[in-house]
Amino acid sequence: MKPAPFDYYAPDSVEEAVALLERLEGEDVEAKILAGGQSLMPMLNLRVARPDALIDLRKLDTLKYIRDEGEVIAIGAMTSKSDAEDSGLLKQQQPLFQHASYLIGHRQIRNRGTVGGSFAHADPAAEYGAAAMALGIEMKIVGPDGERVVAAEDFYITFLTADIDSTEILTEVRVPKMAPGTGWSFQEMARRDGDLALAGAAVTLRLEGGNCSEVRVAVFGVNGSPARIAEAEQLLEGSSPADELFRQAGKAAAAAVDEPIADVHGSGDYRRQLISVLVARCLAEAVERAA
Amino acid sequence: MTTGQKISVTVNGVNYEREVEPRLSLGDFLRHDLQLGGTHLGCEHGVCGACSILIDGKSVRACLMLAIQADGLEITTIEGLRDPQGGHLHPIQQAFVEEHGLQCGFCTPGFIISTVELLAGNPSPSDEQIKDALGGNLCRCTGYETILRSVRLASARVQAGKAAAHNSA
Repeated sequence: MKPAPFDYYAPDSVEEAVALLERLEGEDVEAKILAGGQSLMPMLNLRVARPDALIDLRKLDTLKYIRDEGEVIAIGAMTSKSDAEDSGLLKQQQPLFQHASYLIGHRQIRNRGTVGGSFAHADPAAEYGAAAMALGIEMKIVGPDGERVVAAEDFYITFLTADIDSTEILTEVRVPKMAPGTGWSFQEMARRDGDLALAGAAVTLRLEGGNCSEVRVAVFGVNGSPARIAEAEQLLEGSSPADELFRQAGKAAAAAVDEPIADVHGSGDYRRQLISVLVARCLAEAVERAA
Repeated sequence: MTTGQKISVTVNGVNYEREVEPRLSLGDFLRHDLQLGGTHLGCEHGVCGACSILIDGKSVRACLMLAIQADGLEITTIEGLRDPQGGHLHPIQQAFVEEHGLQCGFCTPGFIISTVELLAGNPSPSDEQIKDALGGNLCRCTGYETILRSVRLASARVQAGKAAAHNSA
């Protein structure tokens, strides 16, 4: 299998890459950004994608970092998923993001695949989507007019479409640290180990005087974009944790899912059922982990 | 710029300078340009793991990388694991031989490369950890049980080797 021919560029800086995107756009050349290539390369090999030009960010070592910035952990877009998985800082201060990194594909995929590439690709079955919604991650995006920061709620538009213009590059994701005492859980269901999830959920919550508070429930893999489910969060907020309540919240989350994907891997009803079960399991595990 | 571009890449300790077309995959480059046929190409879209190689000690899929992206990198393929002086098989290769960790052998280079990375970071993995690390490699002869046994044996040998080295020091 061979990709169709393309022009290849490997700019030395973000500025150069943005200028290149602008120039190619002006010349009506369809350009794709190549980060780790673990989604784009299969699409090229299968010729599902046939861009005129590839802009490879491999020389941008300045975008490889996991930095402690006080309340936020800043992760450079070209950081590999396995570096996120292995990061002691993330393990200690943002275990949900670390675990979500581990759940992506297999080790060989995570060694090449980048954090920024996954966010920019915006596959609805990507674990980072649910993490972004549950944790309130922000995306830093650089374009011809400079830099802007986008909140997770505004970032995901629909299938494989994020709020990144064709002349912009995602350069950093900003992950808030998890406050001590926060309970969390991340669960997904896939047909085989490492496959894209059919459905999944992420939960964070706190216990105040024995009652749930600051509950965040996010789901992914079921339709076009990851989403928080307010209906499930409100059921829990202020209530004493109990298995029956978790089941109700799971059902509420399942009912709130718009137009679930139905394909050869599972029907829409099956995906709804998965959401119901996974949200309930997540809530139980998060309560167990909350101090 | 669809035409040839020059790259310099080190494979199994040998430096190669070649001109490559940008769309050439690293897997095809290794097999056809460098005549290193030990890296097997199965699915060519990142599912089967047969084409796994090591880049700076980390396993990656050679079908999901362009040759041009390997410019300046250090690669180890299955051909590079054998001891260059004595010609002995790598302990992991030897363990696969002894425990019958292969039938047709097509997937074997990928399994062995993944095992190299696993044991380098975790010399005595649990069965769960072995299964997790090898989850990205498919064997269609369904020989997983003997593969698991091979990795256990390799792990024991690595441990014993370390103990022997420690005792003689």
